[in-house]
Order: sequence, then C-alpha cells, then structure tokens
Amino acid sequence: MSHPRLEVRQLAHSFVRTQVLADISFTLSAGEVCALVGPSGCGKTTLLHLCNGLLDVQDGGIANGFANPVTLFQQPRLLPWKTAQGNIALSLKARGVPRARREAAAIRLAARLGLSRDDLDKFPRQLSGGMQSRVALARALLPEPDLLLLDEPFAALDIGLKTELYALLQQLQAERGMAVLMITHDLMEAVRLSDRILLMAAEPGRIVGRFALAQPRAQRDDAWVYRTTAELLQERVVRDSFGLPDAVAVQPAGQPATLSVLPDSSLDAPPRSPSRC
Amino acid sequence: MRLLRTLLGDWPAYLWSGWGALASLLLLFAGWQLAAEHYGSLVLAQPLEAFASLGRFWAEGSAVQELAITGRRALSGLALALLIGSALGLAAGVSMTASMMSRPLVTVLLGMPPIAWLVLAMLWFGASDGTPVFTVFVAAFPVVFIGALQGTRTLDGQLREMARTLHLPPHLMVLDVYLPHLFSYLFPAWVAALGMSWKIVIMAELLASQDGVGAALAITRSHLDSAGTLAWVSAVVGLLLAIEYLLLEPLKREVERWREPS
Repeated sequence: MSHPRLEVRQLAHSFVRTQVLADISFTLSAGEVCALVGPSGCGKTTLLHLCNGLLDVQDGGIANGFANPVTLFQQPRLLPWKTAQGNIALSLKARGVPRARREAAAIRLAARLGLSRDDLDKFPRQLSGGMQSRVALARALLPEPDLLLLDEPFAALDIGLKTELYALLQQLQAERGMAVLMITHDLMEAVRLSDRILLMAAEPGRIVGRFALAQPRAQRDDAWVYRTTAELLQERVVRDSFGLPDAVAVQPAGQPATLSVLPDSSLDAPPRSPSRC
Repeated sequence: MRLLRTLLGDWPAYLWSGWGALASLLLLFAGWQLAAEHYGSLVLAQPLEAFASLGRFWAEGSAVQELAITGRRALSGLALALLIGSALGLAAGVSMTASMMSRPLVTVLLGMPPIAWLVLAMLWFGASDGTPVFTVFVAAFPVVFIGALQGTRTLDGQLREMARTLHLPPHLMVLDVYLPHLFSYLFPAWVAALGMSWKIVIMAELLASQDGVGAALAITRSHLDSAGTLAWVSAVVGLLLAIEYLLLEPLKREVERWREPS
C-alpha cells in the first residue's frame, strides 16, 4: 500500500497586488487530520482553492499525491434542479459510473448520513439547511475520496447538527483512513477533530504556529476539549493572530500539558503518542 | 418517457385551469363584435362571418394546405434559429471575450428591421422557400442568442466551481449544470421567437410567395374580403395559442418542477 502525501512548499499567492499568502509549507499524510486555523480573511480559503486546483499556483509548489481529492465547500452548493439523490450521485456520474450502481451507492450512503428515501426525492429548496449539508457531505464522500478538503462546511449549522455531522464524518474518516485538511476559525472544533493544528495569521496569510494533539481522537471528551482549547488560547501566537488582548497565563496546577508546540521547521506529522511508535 | 407520462397525466388538470384564459378570449370576441357592428361588415367583418369563411376554407381544403405550408416555413426558420442561437449563445456566454464581442453584433441584428432582411432575402433566394425561412431565422436568431448568452453568464459561479472540483466532463457540464439553469432564460426567448416567426413568415409570404397563408391574405386583400382576411388571421393566431398553451407551457411546468415551493 502506498502512502500518498500532500506537500505544500513555500507557497505564496497574490491577487493583483495584494499578497494573500506568503511562505506556506506543510505536509499532510494519509489518514491524518490537519486543521488550518486563523481569523477571517487570513487566506485560508485561498490556500484550500490552491490545493484543490480552483486557483493556479503562482509561486512555490503543491505536490498532491492523493488520487482522489474532494472538496466540501462552506455552502452546500447543490444543483437546485436535481433531487437530493441526483445531487449525491453526481460525483459518481462525473466518473462515468453507470446509473443503477451510482444510485444504489447514493441511497446506501445517504441512509448512513440520516437521509430517508423520502428526503432523497426532494429538491434542495425543499430541504432544511441541515439536510442540505448532509446531501453535500454525501456527494463528497460517495466517490470514496482519499483526501477531503473542508472549507468550514457546517459553519452555518446549529451546534447540535454540527456535532452530529462531524461525528459522522469522523466515523467515516476512521473507517476509510482519509486524509483531511480542514479550515476553521473555531479553535474548539479544531481541537476536537484534528491531529495537528496549523495556526495562520493575516496580512499576508502565513503559518505562525504549529501544534500537535497527542490524545487519540476517539478518546477526546468535552472536558479535554475545553481544557486544551483554553490552553491553546493562552499561547501568545494564538492571541496575536486573532487580535485578542494579552492574558495572564493560568495553567491549572497538577495537570500535564495536552498539546505540544512544534518547531517551525517541522513540516511532517509528529508521532501521535509514545505507545504507537 | 417519464416526462411524456407526467405531461399527459397533468394535462386534464391543466386544461381545466384554462377557463380564465377562455373567458378573456371571449371578452375579446365581444369587443370585436361591438366594433364590427359599429363600423359595418366591409371595414370589419363580424366574428361569426370570419369563422364562417374559415369553415369554408377548411371545407375546400385550402385552410389545411396553406397553414401547413406556412407552418413548415415558420418552424424550419424557427428551428434553425433555436438550434444555432442556443448553441452559439451558450458558447459565447462561457467565454468573456466572446460575449463582449458578440453583444454589439447582436444589437445590430436586433435593430435591423425584418422587412430589410426580406428585401435582401428576395434578392438572394427569389420566390423559393428560402426567402421566408431565412427571414424568420435572421429575425428570431438574436432573440434566442441573447437569451442563451444571458442565461450562461448568470450561472452561479459557486456551482461552476463545485462542478469543477468534481471533475465533471464537458458534456455533463452542459447537460447537468448549464442547460437546466439556461432553460429559464431560453424558454421565454423561445416563446418570443415563436411568436415572431409566425408574424414574419406571413409578412414574407405576403410579399414574396405564391402560396401559404401570407399569399392567401394577399388574395383576400385584393378582393376586399374582410371576413376572409380575419379568417386567416384567426387561424394563425389560434394555431399559435394552441402551440404555446397546449405544448410549450405544460412542458415548461414539468421541466421547471424544481422551482415549485414545497
């Protein structure tokens, strides 16, 4: 089995004369979940569009070894004239899978994501926002991607739905060993879901901090997430990046640190935990 | 096939909803009758006189024959305009440069009076079918082209991006992404083009042909036959109404089902 990687090296990008990205380097390996965190307007979406080929690379390089990358956008982006089922199956139709097979696959996956047969016959405008997001998620996952690029796809949903959809996504990620590059400005989300957090700052968009989360994803409970997020918020770079005022450090006594700051030169994933090495 | 089945299934309900339209048409006839009584039969024949003339033409077989000739010319010109106009409009809409370059040309085409085209067509095609067909084509083409161009340019860029990241092949891009969106722009343009094609084909026949409804109108005019003239006019307008409301409108409802609120 090969181990594909996404390698971004010294990437820079400008729109007309404004530089939006400068010197971005990181690597994403198969099965790894990496979160790009930063304030709005720091070039996260631009970076994602460079990775999925919607924008052409101007400077630096992106080597994408994944055979089957898909993107999940911020909005569901469903075709309004196709039923939910037609929208889901579209990703397989694009690959020339025959109708009977792609429809059957769409129905199977949709059921796992909580879409009934009834919902599948509806047009997008007849579905609620949560249902539309499920359809978009199903469309992205149907071709069994090995790399998933997420542009805050559930940002507009309420916290219950968001948690549910992320749990579904996590299950499928674990089953299939997909690599995930997720964009978010929500630190808690990043802490809950990712193995590694890349912190970005704006003007120009650049990576100013790298953090590894050693705790296996399945063993993260709410308390751990809150504690780690709080810890992350104590970091100077994080506060600077989001423009937060300085704070006094309050590391709870007697508790070991849950995250480790990586040196800027470390582009690759750190060992998850000592026991797994 | 499914389309045809639902089309036929929805027809009775759709026809039943036509009473309102029928009432307004009957009001038109009432106004016509009033005007005819006021001005006398020589200036404006009464509706029943006109329909009697139409019945006579029908019995003679000339009605069907002339309408078929006119219909063939109008529809060939229209079909050409729909095919070429939609395809070129789509192509021009995809490229920014092409749409910028084609806009002024289309404005010129739109501004050119059909009668001027008719004169040119008579020089080029003589008294053959080519004259009315070409005139219809050249008059309907810019209307369809503009519809297709605007439809293509207004496609949501987000959907286009989505389709690109799914690596949708070009033919599916057209069939699944562009055409369904385009349809709501193309359809009104097609209906307008259909109406134009009937008007223009009759004008062309009146001036340049020996047969067809236009030529028949030229004969009734020379006989000062007001009832005959109105008979031909009602036949043409009736046919147009039938095509639009019995064929195009139900088709549009079915294809645009996704717009219906839940």
